[in-house]
Amino acid sequence: MPMTGSEPKVTPDLAVAHGLTREEYDRVVDLLGRDPTYAELGLFSALWSEHCSYKSSRVHLRRLPTKGPHVLQGPGENAGVVDVGGGLALAFKIESHNHPSFIEPFQGAATGVGGILRDIFTMGARPIALLDSLRFGPPEDPTTRHLLGGVVAGISHYGNCFGCPTVGGEVGFAPEYARNPLVNVLCLGLVPKGGIYRARADGVGNTFVYVGAKTGRDGIHGATMASEAFDETSAERRPTVQVGDPFTEKLLLEACLEAFRTGAVVGIQDMGAAGLACSLSEMPARAGTGADVDLDRVPQREPGMTPYEILLSESQERMLLVVERGREVEVQRIFHKWELDAVPIGRVTGDGVLRARVRGEVVAEVAVKALTEGAPEYERPRVRPGWLDGERAFDPRTLPEPEDLGSVLLRLMAAPTIASKRRIWRQYDHMVGINTLVLPGSDAAVLRIKGTPRAVAVATDGNARYGYLDPFQGGAMAVAEAARNVVCAGGRPLAVTNCLNFASPERPEIMWQFSETVDGIAAACEALGIPVTGGNVSFYNETLGRPILPTPVIGVVGLLENAERRTTQWFEEDGDVVLLLGEPAGRLGGSEYLQTVHGRLSGPLAPLDLERERAVQSACLAVIEAGVVRSAHDCAEGGLAVALAECCVSGPRQIGATVTLPEGERVTDTLFGEAPSRILITVASADVDRVSRIVREWTVPLHVLGRVGGERLEMRIGARHVSLPVHSLADAFENGLAWALDQPIEARERAPVDGHADRGRAR
Amino acid sequence: MRFGVVIFPGTWSDMDFHHVISQVLHQPVEYVWHRDTDVDRFDCLVLPGGFSYGDYLRAGAVAGRSPIVAALPGFVARGGLVLGSCNGFQILCEAGLLPGTLLRNDCLQFRCQWTHVAVEQTESPFTRGLRRGQVLKMPIAHGEGRYHVDQGLLRQLQERDQIVFRYATEAGEVTHAANPNGSVWNIAGVSNEEGTVVGLMPHPERAAETSVGSTDGLLLFHSVLGSLVENGSVLGR
Repeated sequence: MPMTGSEPKVTPDLAVAHGLTREEYDRVVDLLGRDPTYAELGLFSALWSEHCSYKSSRVHLRRLPTKGPHVLQGPGENAGVVDVGGGLALAFKIESHNHPSFIEPFQGAATGVGGILRDIFTMGARPIALLDSLRFGPPEDPTTRHLLGGVVAGISHYGNCFGCPTVGGEVGFAPEYARNPLVNVLCLGLVPKGGIYRARADGVGNTFVYVGAKTGRDGIHGATMASEAFDETSAERRPTVQVGDPFTEKLLLEACLEAFRTGAVVGIQDMGAAGLACSLSEMPARAGTGADVDLDRVPQREPGMTPYEILLSESQERMLLVVERGREVEVQRIFHKWELDAVPIGRVTGDGVLRARVRGEVVAEVAVKALTEGAPEYERPRVRPGWLDGERAFDPRTLPEPEDLGSVLLRLMAAPTIASKRRIWRQYDHMVGINTLVLPGSDAAVLRIKGTPRAVAVATDGNARYGYLDPFQGGAMAVAEAARNVVCAGGRPLAVTNCLNFASPERPEIMWQFSETVDGIAAACEALGIPVTGGNVSFYNETLGRPILPTPVIGVVGLLENAERRTTQWFEEDGDVVLLLGEPAGRLGGSEYLQTVHGRLSGPLAPLDLERERAVQSACLAVIEAGVVRSAHDCAEGGLAVALAECCVSGPRQIGATVTLPEGERVTDTLFGEAPSRILITVASADVDRVSRIVREWTVPLHVLGRVGGERLEMRIGARHVSLPVHSLADAFENGLAWALDQPIEARERAPVDGHADRGRAR
Repeated sequence: MRFGVVIFPGTWSDMDFHHVISQVLHQPVEYVWHRDTDVDRFDCLVLPGGFSYGDYLRAGAVAGRSPIVAALPGFVARGGLVLGSCNGFQILCEAGLLPGTLLRNDCLQFRCQWTHVAVEQTESPFTRGLRRGQVLKMPIAHGEGRYHVDQGLLRQLQERDQIVFRYATEAGEVTHAANPNGSVWNIAGVSNEEGTVVGLMPHPERAAETSVGSTDGLLLFHSVLGSLVENGSVLGR
C-alpha cells in the first residue's frame, strides 16, 4: 500500500495517540491483515470512537423497546420516523453537542443545531421545530455566564438564520455542569410517508455525489475529541470545533428537498462527525455494498489537503448523496441553482470495500463492515456507587420547617431552574413556519400540521437530581415527565428520542448509572407504550475528574387528532375549579426545595408507580379530549405550590386562585414535595361532575382543590395559610433568572482591572 | 389579484406568505426566483422575511442589488405594488426604494415577540381599509430592526405622510416601552411617497389566523384587495 507525501509512519504508539487502545490497534491489524496506512488509521480512529461506534453503550441500548404501531423507522438511521396519519410522518431526533460547546460555546451550540437539522432533512423531512435542553453550572459563576451567553447566541444565530422555529426545551443549573455544560438539541420535521429517504448506498454502479460546502481542515478529530474527558488543556482544542454557516445549510435544505423530488436520489447521509469517512463506510455498510471514490474530486477549501484530512474533516453543511447512474446532471443542476457544489466523487461497488484514491493511487482500502460492525463492543465493568445508600438515607423530615412559607415559595419561583426562561427564548424565532400554536412557556409546544386537523405536541425533560439519587428511577421519571408534559398539552404520546449524557464509561460507577438509567427508560417506555426511535449517547462528560450528574434527556412527541383540543398550563377563567389528578403529597428527597433552601441533593425519591402514571396520563387525555379542560399543568420541580403559582403567572394574564390542600404529615411535603403522576387541571364548575365520572373510570384519585380568581394565590393547609399577591409571584418568576445571572460577580472573580491587568508585564 | 412571493437564497417567510395568500385569502400566488425579472404578470410582489445571503454583510445588502430588486422600480412605475416584511423591508431600504435604514436592535439581541403597531396613515393601498390610530397585533422576529433616519428626513417623512406604522401599546399609545428595538420615533413601517411600496418589520403573515394568535395581519391584505375592487384596478390594466 503506497504512502502519500509526508504522512507519518503508523505505529501502535501513533494509534494510541489517535485514541485507539493497543488491543483495538491489534484488532485493526488483524482485520486488515497488515499495518494500516495513515489514512486508514484515521478511518478506524474516527469510526471506532465512542461517539461514532457506541462501543460502550450498544450492549445496553439493545434493551430499549423500539417497536410500535406508529414506528416507520427505528434506531440506526439519521433519525426516527413515526406515522402521524393523513399520509404524513414525523422525523425526529435529539443529539448532544456538549464537548464543542464547552470549548467554543457559540459555534459549538450553533453547529449542534446545524447537525441535528441535517439529520432531519436527510430523511426527506422539512424541519418544523427545534427544542434545546441545556445544563450549566451555577449562574453566579462567571464561566456559566460566558457559556450560557455563547450557547444561547449560537442557537439563536443558527436556528433563526436557517428559519426553523425554536419552540421549547429546558435549562437547568447545577455545580456539576460548571466545566461541562450540556447542549442537547432536538429537531422534528414532516415528511410524506412515501418520501422517506435513508442513508444507504444501494445499487452497484450508482454515483456518490458530494454536495454542499467545501471541505476544509476544520473539525478534524471532532469525534475523537467528543470521546475524551477534559482537562486544563481543553481550550487548546478549539480548532477541533467547526464553524457553522446556517445560510449554506438553508440552501442545502432547499436543494436536497428539490433533488428528492426528481426521484434520482437513492440515498443520502449527512457528513457530520467523522465526515466523509463516516458516510463512505456507513452508507455502503447498510446496503451491503462498497465504495470506490476519488478524493481529488472532493471540493476543497484549501490546497494541499492530505487524504487523511479530506476523509476526517468535519466541515459543516455537507452531504453525501447516492444518485442513480446517468441522472447525475439532473441533480447537479438543482444544487448549482442554489449555488452549491455538487460533484460526483465515485461509485457504489459490489465488493463491500471502501477504496479511496488520490491521483489514481489507492490510499485506503478497508472492508466497510470492519469499520462499522467490526468496531469493538464493550460490556464495561459496573459497580453500584458506595455513596449512594448514604445519600438516600438522609431523612428530610429531620430538617426544621420554615416559618414563612410564602417567602420560600417566592424563592423557589425565582430559582434559576424554575424561573421563566423568557429572556432566553425571546432570542429564538419561535414562530417561523406559522405552525406554533402553543409558544414556549407551557408544558409542551404544540405545532399544527397544515392541511389537517391534527397537531404535534413535543417536550423534553430530564431531572438529573433524580438520576443522581436513583438512576433507574431518574431514567423512568424523565420518560414519564416528558410524556406527561405532552399529555398536558393534549397530545397522545407516540414515541421517544433520548440523549444520554454521562461521565466516563471507563469508570464502573458511571457505567452502573448508565445501565440503570437505560433500564429505567426501558421500563417506562414499555409501561407507557412509547418506543424509542433513536437518540444519542454522550460519554466522557467530565472535566478534571469531576463528573456531571447522570443526565438522561428525554424527548417525547405526541399527536393531537384535533388541534383545537390543545391545552396550555396557565389558569384561564375566574371561577374555574382547580382539580388535582393523582395524590397530593410528594417527597422532599432530591427536590428543588431541598436544593434551594438547604443546599442538599439527597434523600429518598417519591416512588414511581408506572401503572398509576399511565392511568393519570390516560385520564388527563380523556378529559382533554372530551373538551372540558381549560388548563393542565404537570407538577414537577418545586411541587404543588410552585405548580399552582406557575398556573397563576405563566399565561398572558395574571390570575389568582384560592385552594385548600389536604393536610399531610408535614406542610413542606404537601407544598414543595415532588412526585410523579400528578397533574393540575382546571375546568368550568359545571363540568366538574362530568370530569370526575371520566377520571373515575381510570381509577385515578381526583382532588378538588379550589377555584381560580382574584389577585392572590391563597393556599390553606390545615391551620397553615399562605397568601401571596400574584404580582409578587410573577415578579419572582419573570425576573429570577435575570437576578441570578446579572448579580455582580464577586470582586475576587472579576477580570483584572487597572494596574492588575499589567501585572507581570515589563514596562 | 395576482401575488408573487420573491425567494432570495436564505429567504424563509416565503412559504408562510404563500400559505396565507393561497389558503387563507384564496388568491392566486406564485413564487418568484430572485434572478427572474419578468414580473409584469403580478399585481403585487411580496419580499418576505429571512436572512438573504445569510445577511453576513448588512441585512439585505446583497439581495438589495439582485436582478429582481433592480426590476422593481419599473414594476412600481407601471403600477405594481410591493410589500416588504422583515428582511424584505431591509432589502427595500438597502435598494433605496424606501427611505431610511435598519440598524441592530438597541438590546443587541434577536427579538421574537408579539408587538402592537398603530396605523399612522391610510393613504397607501395596504392601509386604505384601515383607520388612522387603529392598533394591529403582529409579531416581530429580527436582530436588525431599529429603523433609523436623521431628524431632517424624519420631518420630511412626517410631512409627506410616509410613516405607516408605529410601535404602540395594546391601547394605541406610542411609548418607549412599546418600542421593541429602539426605532426612531417608534417607526415600524414606512412607504414610498406614492404609498405603493410599503415595508415593515412585523410579520403580517404570522398574524393571519386565529389559531396562531391574531388575524390583524390580514387587514393589510384585505386593504390591498379592497382597494383593487374599489378602483377597478390599482394597476389600471
